[in-house]
Parts: sequence; C-alpha cells; structure tokens
Amino acid sequence: MKDFEFHRPASIKHAVALVAGTAGAKYLAGGQSLLPVMKLDLAEPTALVSLARLPGLADIRVDGGTVAIGALCTHDQVARSADVAKAIPALAELASHIGDAQVRNRGTLGGSVAHADPAADYPAAVLGLGATIVTDRGRHPADTYFKGLFETSLADGELVTAVHFPVPKRAAYAKFAHRASKYAVVGVFVAETAAGVRVAITGAGATVFRSAAMEAALTTSMTPGALDGITVPTDDLNADAEASAEYRAHLCVVMAKRAVAALR
Amino acid sequence: MGNAQGIGAAVKRKEDRRFLVGRGQYTDDVTLPNQSYAVFVRSPYGHAKVNGVEAKAALAAPGVLAVLTGADVAADGLGGIPCGWLVKSKDGSPMVEPPHPALAQGKVRHVGDPVAMVIASTKAAAKAAAALVEVDYEPLPAVGLLANAIAPGAPQVWDEAPGNVCFDWHIGDPATTDAAFAKAAHVVELDLVNNRVAPNPMEPRAANGNFDGANDQYTLYTTSQNPHLTRLLLAAFTLKVPEHKLRVIAPDVGGGFGSKIFHYAEELLVLWASRRVGRPVKWTSDRMEAFLTDAHGRDHISNAKLALDANGKFLGLRVHTYAAMGAYLSTFAPAVPTYLYATLLSGPYDFPAIYAEVKAIFTNTVAVDAYRGAGRPEATYLLERLVEKAARQLGMDRVELRRKNLIRADQFPYQTQVALQYDIGDYQATLDLALEQADYAGYAARAAASKAKGKLRGFGMSTYIEACGIAPSALVGALGARAGLYEAANVRIHPTGSVTVFTGTHSHGQGHETTFAQLIADRLGVSTDQVEVVHGDTDRIPFGMGTYGSRSASVGGSAIVKALDKIVDKGKKIAAHLLEASVADIEFKDGQYRVVGTDRVKAFGEVAFAAYVPHNYPIETVEPGLEESAFYDPKNFTFPGGTHLVEVEIDPDTGVVEVASVTIADDVGVIINPMIVDGQAHGGLAQGIGQALLEEAVYDAEGQLTNGTYMGYCMPRAADLPNFKVGNHVTACTHNPLGIKGVGEVGAIGVPPAVINAVLDALAPLGVTDISMPATPEKVWRAIQAARAGKGA
Repeated sequence: MKDFEFHRPASIKHAVALVAGTAGAKYLAGGQSLLPVMKLDLAEPTALVSLARLPGLADIRVDGGTVAIGALCTHDQVARSADVAKAIPALAELASHIGDAQVRNRGTLGGSVAHADPAADYPAAVLGLGATIVTDRGRHPADTYFKGLFETSLADGELVTAVHFPVPKRAAYAKFAHRASKYAVVGVFVAETAAGVRVAITGAGATVFRSAAMEAALTTSMTPGALDGITVPTDDLNADAEASAEYRAHLCVVMAKRAVAALR
Repeated sequence: MGNAQGIGAAVKRKEDRRFLVGRGQYTDDVTLPNQSYAVFVRSPYGHAKVNGVEAKAALAAPGVLAVLTGADVAADGLGGIPCGWLVKSKDGSPMVEPPHPALAQGKVRHVGDPVAMVIASTKAAAKAAAALVEVDYEPLPAVGLLANAIAPGAPQVWDEAPGNVCFDWHIGDPATTDAAFAKAAHVVELDLVNNRVAPNPMEPRAANGNFDGANDQYTLYTTSQNPHLTRLLLAAFTLKVPEHKLRVIAPDVGGGFGSKIFHYAEELLVLWASRRVGRPVKWTSDRMEAFLTDAHGRDHISNAKLALDANGKFLGLRVHTYAAMGAYLSTFAPAVPTYLYATLLSGPYDFPAIYAEVKAIFTNTVAVDAYRGAGRPEATYLLERLVEKAARQLGMDRVELRRKNLIRADQFPYQTQVALQYDIGDYQATLDLALEQADYAGYAARAAASKAKGKLRGFGMSTYIEACGIAPSALVGALGARAGLYEAANVRIHPTGSVTVFTGTHSHGQGHETTFAQLIADRLGVSTDQVEVVHGDTDRIPFGMGTYGSRSASVGGSAIVKALDKIVDKGKKIAAHLLEASVADIEFKDGQYRVVGTDRVKAFGEVAFAAYVPHNYPIETVEPGLEESAFYDPKNFTFPGGTHLVEVEIDPDTGVVEVASVTIADDVGVIINPMIVDGQAHGGLAQGIGQALLEEAVYDAEGQLTNGTYMGYCMPRAADLPNFKVGNHVTACTHNPLGIKGVGEVGAIGVPPAVINAVLDALAPLGVTDISMPATPEKVWRAIQAARAGKGA
C-alpha cells in the first residue's frame, strides 16, 4: 500500500471540498471495497477523506411511503432495523446476506451504491424498488443511475448522502451467492410497486439491470409459473470460473421464481 | 496405571489458552533488534528465460540494504534445494532430478519462482523497491496443466526430462494381474482426475534469519513442521554450515497440512541475506504469495480397471496414474504418488492381484507434495469410486459388494500385493458401526422426504484404509528415502517431581502439549499441570523428524514411552535403596514405588528428589539425576481404517449440493484424548469435503494460477458442513508400545469419495454417471442438463 493523506472532516461541505481540491482523493466510508484493492495496490489514492465524522448520515427514517436510509448506515444496521423490516422486509433481508458479519458491520449503503460493483446486492434493491439516490448536490433516479461496470451518474466528487426507497406493496430478493466471495452470482429483486412490477437483476451483467420480459409476465400473473419459458439472453451476461453466461441466464429465472414465491 | 488425566481422558487442551487470548508466538511475531525485511521479486510467467536483472533503481530506493539475485546465490556457493526421496523408474534408472537454485538462474519455471530478493529496513520499503527491480524476461512455451504436459509435443519444462517424465515407476505383478483379468466375469473401468488443491494453513509461511558474526552462529525462526529436518538440509545441502552453528526454531505454527514439512528457498535465503547485510532478515508470505509458492497437493489423472468374478469377488486391479510434480521436486514429492499412493491401492480389500504404473510429470507450476493424507486420499478416491461403479454396473448392493471383499478380521496380518503388510483391523466392525450410527435402514424415508421438497438425495460411502505412523527407517531407506524416520524424546524429571518432555515431533495444531502430558500423567501418576512439553527448537530438543503422516502419537509417543520406561526402571533402583528392599520386589503403580505386598511406599516425587539430592542413595551403582532419552524406530506402518458415510441433498434447479449428513466410524487404534481425536477427524473431514465440493487450484494452460485468492478459491466454512457423527472401534496396533495408529489424516482420506458417490447416487435416476471434484453447482447443473438432453427429456 502506498502512502496517502488521511482527512476526517466534520461537515459534508468540507468533505466535498477536500475531494474536489485533491487530485486522486477518494471518500472512505466503510472501506470494505476500497481498502482491499488498496492493499493489493490496485487502487492508489493520494488521499482518503473519511466520512466517519459527518453528522446525520447514519439515520433511518420511515416517512409515509418512503424509507430514507442515510449513506453511512451499515448493512448490519439496515438488516437489524425494525423500521426497515416492517416497511420493506425484503430490504432488511437483503442487507442481512451481504458478505459476512465483518463486512456488514463496516460496509455502508452509500459506499455500495457509489461503488456500483456489478455483483453487489444493494443495487438490486435500489433499481428493483425504483429508489432515489440523494447526494450533496441533487437527486438521481435509480433507472438512470447505474450506467455500467462500476459506473454511475454521479459526477466527480459527488457524495451520496442517502437513498430513498419507496415502500412497495410486496417485494423479495433471491440471491445465488458466489461460494467463495459471497457476492451475488445472480441476485433478483422482485417488487410490486405503485408504478407496477419491477424486476432487477444484479451479479449477472456489467451492472444491475431490469428484465422487461419478466416484468411483463409477472404483471399478467404474479406467480413463479408465469416465468416458465422466459429465457434471459446470454450476450451481455458475465462469465467467470464460478458461472458461465449460460448458467447465469438459467439462474436469473430460477432466482426470479424464488423471489416471486417469497414475496411479502 | 489409571489416571483421570491419562490415556483415554478428554482433557481440555493446555495450549489453547495462549492461542485464544492472542498470546501465541508465531514466526512473524518474532522481531529481532535491528530487524530488516525481505520481499521477493517473483516470476509472472509460467516459463521464461531471464536475460537480466536490473536492480539500480531498487538499490537507490530509500531504506534498501541489498538486492540479491541468482548470480549472488551462485557466487556464494549456496546449494540447490534438495529432494529427500529418490524414486527409480521401471528400468532401474534414477528419476530426473533437475537443479533447484534458491533464486532463478537463467530461467524461471513457474509463476512465483523467485528471481530477486530485496532487503530493506522496513517491509514497506522492501515492497516498494521490489517494484523497481526490472527483470528482462523472454517468455517460453509453458505447460500449466498435467493433461497438456503428457500430450505429444508438449512444451518441455526441463530439457533433461523428455515428455516431461520425471520417472516411470511401477509396483505389483503385471503377469498375475493379466491372468486375473483374463478370467474375470466382469471388468469395470474408470477414468478420473484428482483435483489439485492449495494447502491454505491459517498462518502463511514466514522465516526470520539471523547471523551472529561474533560467534559464527546462525538462527532461523521458521514455519516448519520439522525444524531438525530443515536444519539438516540447511547444514548438509543448502547453507552448508555445520549443525552446531545452526539453530532452527519453529515456534507456534498455525497449521501446515504437509505444506510446512518441506525445506523452502526462503529459509535458506533469509539466513544467507542476514550474513550479507549484517542484520536479521524477516520474510512473511502474504496470502497470494502462499497460493503461488506453498507446495500444492493431489493433481492426478488416472485410469483404473477392476476385475471381478461372477459373484462380485475382486480378482485384480490395474491402475495407470499420471502425477504432477510441478516444476521442481519438493522435499518428499516423489514419494507421494508412489510409496504413499500405489502401495495403498489394495485398500481394505482382499485383492489377489494388483499392478499399478505411475508416471511423475513436470509441469510449469509450483511443486506438488504431501498435503493432508498425501497419496492415500488419491488411492482411496480411485478405489472407492471404482468399487461404487462396480456395484452399479453389476447391479449389486454397494454395502454387500464391499462386505464381500473386505479383508476379514481373521486374515491379519494381511500381506497385500503392493508391498504393505497390515497388522490388524476389523473392517466389518467399522462398517457395521457406521451403518448403525447413520441409520442406514432409515435412508429410504429420508430420500422420500427430500423428494417431497423437490430435492434429490444421495447416499455415498467409502470403506478405506491408510498407512501412517511414518515410518520404519530401513524399509523407507530401501525405497529411496534419504532420511531416517524414527522419532526421539528426552524426558527430564525435575528435583521436585515435575517433568519436562523434549520431543522431536512438532505441534502445529495437533495438541501435543496436552496429549504428551497425558502420556506422562498416565505413566508417572503426575498431573498434566506438572508436565511441560517442549518442541520446535533444535537447540532444546533431540534430533527428531517432526510431525506429518499421522506419526506423532504412534512414533513420537512411543519414543516418550521408551524414555519413561527407563525413568521408571531407574526409579525402582533408587526406591529399592530407600525402602531397603530388593529391586525385584519393587513395583511402580499410580505414582508410587511399593515393596510388593506391603504398605511400604515412596512417592515418585520423593524418588526424584533423592536422585537430585543423593545423600541417601545407591551412588556406587546408580548415577544421580533422573533424565532419560530414547529413540524409537517403528517396526511397520500403522493402518487406521474405517467407513465414511455421506448423505447429500441436491437442488436440481441450481445444482447446489448440500451435505446433509456425515457419519464416520474409524479405527485409529488406542486413543489418548477422545476430544482431540474427534477434532482431528472433524478437521480432516472439512478438508476432504472441501476437496470434493469446493476447492481446486486452477492453473491455465500457460501456467497462470487463475484463482489464487479467497475471492476465487473456495475454502470450506462452518456453514458448508453439517454436524459430524464420529464413532470409533478400536483394534490396538500390534507393533508399537501404545497400540496407537494415528488420526490426523483419516477425515481427508476417507470422505472425498463418499461425497462424490453420494452426489452420483442422487443424480443416478437422471442418468448421470460421472462427475469430477470439486462438484461445483454449475458442474452438477451441467451434468443434469446433459443427462436430460441425452435422454431426450
């Protein structure tokens, strides 16, 4: 690991200014993705701007039809939140299966959403629920937020401060975990929302994506059987030692059916 | 000699306190005054010429003390890393034994092969400078896979090994085996691969070398299972300084599984570098370096044929195996696929004829050497997959086919057709015990319950034997070992009766500090708290061969018992004097010397005190003091065996295999500590299930390790495993004083074929007949798809 500066600002404004003013600086939230790649010298930031002292970013608020979760809420905090479990049980359930206990105690919602790992779990809920990503300078609708591999609509230095999840009628997340890493090989989030049925798939492609074919089939009939015969094209799917594109395509349907069966 | 802490007592482990409170002292914890740090520049290529190493920029970097290369190694006359076992080919010619310089000279032959060593005042400085070393590589055709290395026209790892063949060896009788096949009613044939695995001890390797120029004295702290063996190899072959100037300390060691038996180049290099820079030099492997440089295990490709008569009695076995060696021959590598593998191919079965051929093959990978079980898991996997296939092919019950062919209890000692003579066992008893504990009779109901959930249930078994208690020195010497394999102990009784035991074995997770203390408690009647077990420091312990091959209790424990016998006998002479009786009238029992048939006694502590304060003492005939040493050379291997039963549940939609139950019944001989024996079985089972379902070190054709991190290489975790049911049926080993056989490896040996047989049993209704380890979800799913397609379903 190369030497770097370390800052712990006390305000969002100061944090944003530090990153804007330092070439090669990065925000540090829970560090569960950034620190491992730094240890391997795959990332060599010149400065880390810790978000640990920023006030008000670790709150969970349920307000009418929205669950607002601060960017610095850990996965464990979301998994154990009675408010989240009551409003969107699928979201609490998803958070409880991210990584392992150590990762869940450090990793944050904001870090996961900003990093946009193609195999992360949270993007499935963000896109599946049609959430809004709130930043220091604006709001990003989920449908246009995830752009590609580790790529989002965030501008350079833009800081995620919260994610607002609309409460669905019913939702569920079904994950097929990588045996070694516990990342999603395929994770499917199915939600019945006010705006219709949404199906978001993580792990399978370069970034999380919606399946129009599944959404159409489930709009007709919200049953696992409605997905019989649906195939996911393999062209844009990931292929690695754990799962070929063909196997991932198969798992997309299997996991979608399991999510439908688990809707609540 | 009953004792609540003696043989058979489930005493809690004495060593666990320091481990659990974080006070273990591992090699990397040792930081010496003026410590410096080494980082290695390693080959990124599977095979390449090294045209030059440019170290100017690295030498100019802050904190750098030296950059050493293969040229420096050659100039200083360091010896190559030797191989400890010579195997000869069928034609009598010795194996191809290529040079293994400590730092590459002219060529690199696997990814991770060390090219240069950077020494700096901090580890960070060494690492930063290592990135500045410029190596001029000229990539050469490489062969990363065993399957490719045996193909015609494959790239050559060594010019002196045509076809990449290290040796072409055989055992058994081809003529009688041919005759057996000629008269067979059935022949069952199987091709199979034993997957390559990385050892992954919790503590990565480390070495800290210190040269004391004032006294010409070298001290090495290292992660070794056998510090005396390491010292011997350093003294005789690599560093070339005499033993009395060389101290090797293997302090707490966090697991080895075989991989820390071997003498590695880094151990030599830190000592040599310390001499060069005048400061102690420490190297600690990181996990990725461990994947690339710790010797791996397994990696076989085999063809096997089983001949049976019309009733299912085994007539003969014919095996052909290719075994990967990697690029260089590691310390015991040639012994593993020969004398630890092919000699076990009779398994627990009565075979009238066996013939096995083994070709050892060089590949552009890190070395393959002993890994938990070492050869015996490969033999068991082959045999038990083959027997299972035979049961299916002949339409016979899997239990009955095995029962019909198991060596009967009245056939011992049993001479196999592949050199070993089994002294004792009762394979029917362990089979019966396992079946009963697994509720085999209730299996059909469990299978039906799984089916009702949409799952496929399978039952798999393995009846196995292994050879451990390594090893009779003269026998292994005749087979090519370049060392003796006895064990040594020194037992020192202190004046007030407490005891220090110095053992040549090494504990790196096995619990010797407890079990050996139990031996003392059992024999001398003292409490285990009164006993300290010392291991791992060549300046303190006698010359012993260390710990591997499930040898420590059966061989090391026997050496301790021999020393204890001498202590007890000497004590009798002292007690006779104190009690004014004849030595012949003294008995020793429950910690007391007694004049037989009287109440006249002397406690052991009193006798010990008299030995050190010999005022009233038979000084004319008995020396003062109470300390004895013994060496024990085993008369034979020991032969644990048993039955492992596994049930799996498969999700046909995803291919995920869940291990539903594991029930084992082993015969490991006399048990010192049942809790530790269960723990050893559990750990072995976890690794065996890991090999069967999760683990594989995957090289590509060019010799790149594609999954050398925990993001890709899947280790077994608690959630992957069920609670194990472990049973024991004891037949005492007939040829060592304790009746112990050994338990360290049985789990890893017996269970892999049981897992795969269970998977195949679950998939058999779909028409799946073969699957390789590890049975990953996609592999299982594809097998199901292929079978369904084949059936036109």
